[in-house]
Amino acid sequence: MNIATRDAYGRALVELGKEYPNLVVLDADLAKSTKTADFARFFPDRFFDMGIAEQNMMGTAAGLALAGKIPCASTFAVFATGRAFDQIRNTIAYPGLNVKIIATHAGITVGEDGASHQSIEDIALMRALPNMTVIVPADAVETGKAVAAAVAHEGPVYIRLGRPAVPVLFDENYRFRLGRAEILRRGPDAVIFATGIMVSEALKAAEALSGRGVDVTVVNVHTIKPLDVETVSGLAMKTGAVVTAEEHSIIGGLGSAVAEVLAERCPVPLVRVGIRDRFGESGKPGDLLEAFGLTASHIVEAVDRVRQRRVCGK
Amino acid sequence: MSSSQEELLQELGKKARVIRSDIIRMVAEAGSGHPGGSLSAVEIVTTLYFHVMRIRPEEPDWPDRDRFVLSKGHAAPLLYAVLAERGYFPVEELLTLRKLGSRLQGHPAFGKLPGVEASTGSLGQGLSISLGIALAGKIDRRDYRVYALLGDGENEEGQVWEAAMAAAHYGVDNLTAVLDYNGLQIDGPVAEVLSPLPLPEKWRSFGWEVREVDGHSFEELLAAFEWAKGVHGRPSMIIAKTVKGKGVSFMENAVDWHGKAPDREQAAKALAELEAVTS
Repeated sequence: MNIATRDAYGRALVELGKEYPNLVVLDADLAKSTKTADFARFFPDRFFDMGIAEQNMMGTAAGLALAGKIPCASTFAVFATGRAFDQIRNTIAYPGLNVKIIATHAGITVGEDGASHQSIEDIALMRALPNMTVIVPADAVETGKAVAAAVAHEGPVYIRLGRPAVPVLFDENYRFRLGRAEILRRGPDAVIFATGIMVSEALKAAEALSGRGVDVTVVNVHTIKPLDVETVSGLAMKTGAVVTAEEHSIIGGLGSAVAEVLAERCPVPLVRVGIRDRFGESGKPGDLLEAFGLTASHIVEAVDRVRQRRVCGK
Repeated sequence: MSSSQEELLQELGKKARVIRSDIIRMVAEAGSGHPGGSLSAVEIVTTLYFHVMRIRPEEPDWPDRDRFVLSKGHAAPLLYAVLAERGYFPVEELLTLRKLGSRLQGHPAFGKLPGVEASTGSLGQGLSISLGIALAGKIDRRDYRVYALLGDGENEEGQVWEAAMAAAHYGVDNLTAVLDYNGLQIDGPVAEVLSPLPLPEKWRSFGWEVREVDGHSFEELLAAFEWAKGVHGRPSMIIAKTVKGKGVSFMENAVDWHGKAPDREQAAKALAELEAVTS
């Protein structure tokens, strides 16, 4: 079954709105696309459409947080983090305000709208900000739980969601733990750290590899910041071969975050699967993932390559 | 004028002189900072904190307090001087401005110093923050008011107009902005650098109630803030005509004193001038 993470966000907001009377939601003329329109229907007095004015939306969210509200500010990832970067930096992250920036339509799977709308650098931008927590859910179930965890967490949080329907990986018993990388599958031959929609591709890759006797560990790194450094370095040392997979530039995202840990703690070979320093383009999401090297088969190739370079581990 | 009104004006005048001297001492001691735009808004901020605003300096987080957001964050010396003189923190601490480890950051930083309501300094952002606080007040049916101080050059920032539009759209009549119209920005007169003029017409056309005052007249400022409380269904804007560097002869209307500290000699001269007015 496939469900878009933004749909799960819309449903989660309505539930959280009942639980938290101080939850407020802001959008920048994209409420139908980001799915905050569901919340607006249930709680019209706590929903503010700020129009096509993302900078003011972030500043207003900061003010609402200063007065004790828990604002969730939503728009497309490219506008949330790019257009309003200075507002997020100076009025939200610097004072550490309790604002949740929940952006949809991240990555190239925006599809036909093309590069202007495809955020490939949002994780990098948000990760560089002190005080900011960065979460990239892998499916609809995780999205609901991640949004709930973000609202319960005191401080600024960035959550990155997508446009298209993606496979559901977890059931309702799944427990989301902020800041913890979750091991989904164990194997000694390499470790794949994946985030967002690339988690399901990593699982498919692991299945394909096991068919020819290569057993890999797959880790869902839903929290990019703070990164679960212990799990990352522990599994890197154990396997001696690391692959990262993300629908984001290899500069500044999960691949970079893992590379930083490996370089300082336990240098082992690494191959990053991600967008290789280029802008996106128009196309169908599936075709784009293929064209940009973001599928299970690309992860399989990456595992093969990194294992040839393996010098330590098993 | 009633005698109590006269006493109030005298009291405010006295405070303003002390605050001007504080600003000169702080910036001189720090060796950097923004005296020009701090001195131009002394009467505005003094009127707010010493008469208009409902505040409890001993309880800075009181939920029903009126809020002041210094959108022109570079006037931090003014904000700090007023907060200290109003009792939010010890006056002696003013001389730590801009020094390593100080709560008095170069631009206001939320969460460090009691009374600082928001982190500002990157221009154009304080009105949006104020709008958010005002909206929260409306949701919670609290009757606090929010005051934002903007610079005139700051009107060149696009975000100001996003906020202006949104504040009018949501009819936040608990929000009053004051524009410190001293006519100068770093590169020269605002009319020459990138004119944001005419200001009253622009703000009116964005749906705000606008009133123009002499920003150094306590009488006019007091009347304007009283007027603002009576505006219903719309945000209000007080455009205060001021003199950059007001009170120090060689700083008045001088662009160079936007972001420069006086040396020892200049500071002594400035303080002597301010002292002469006092006596």
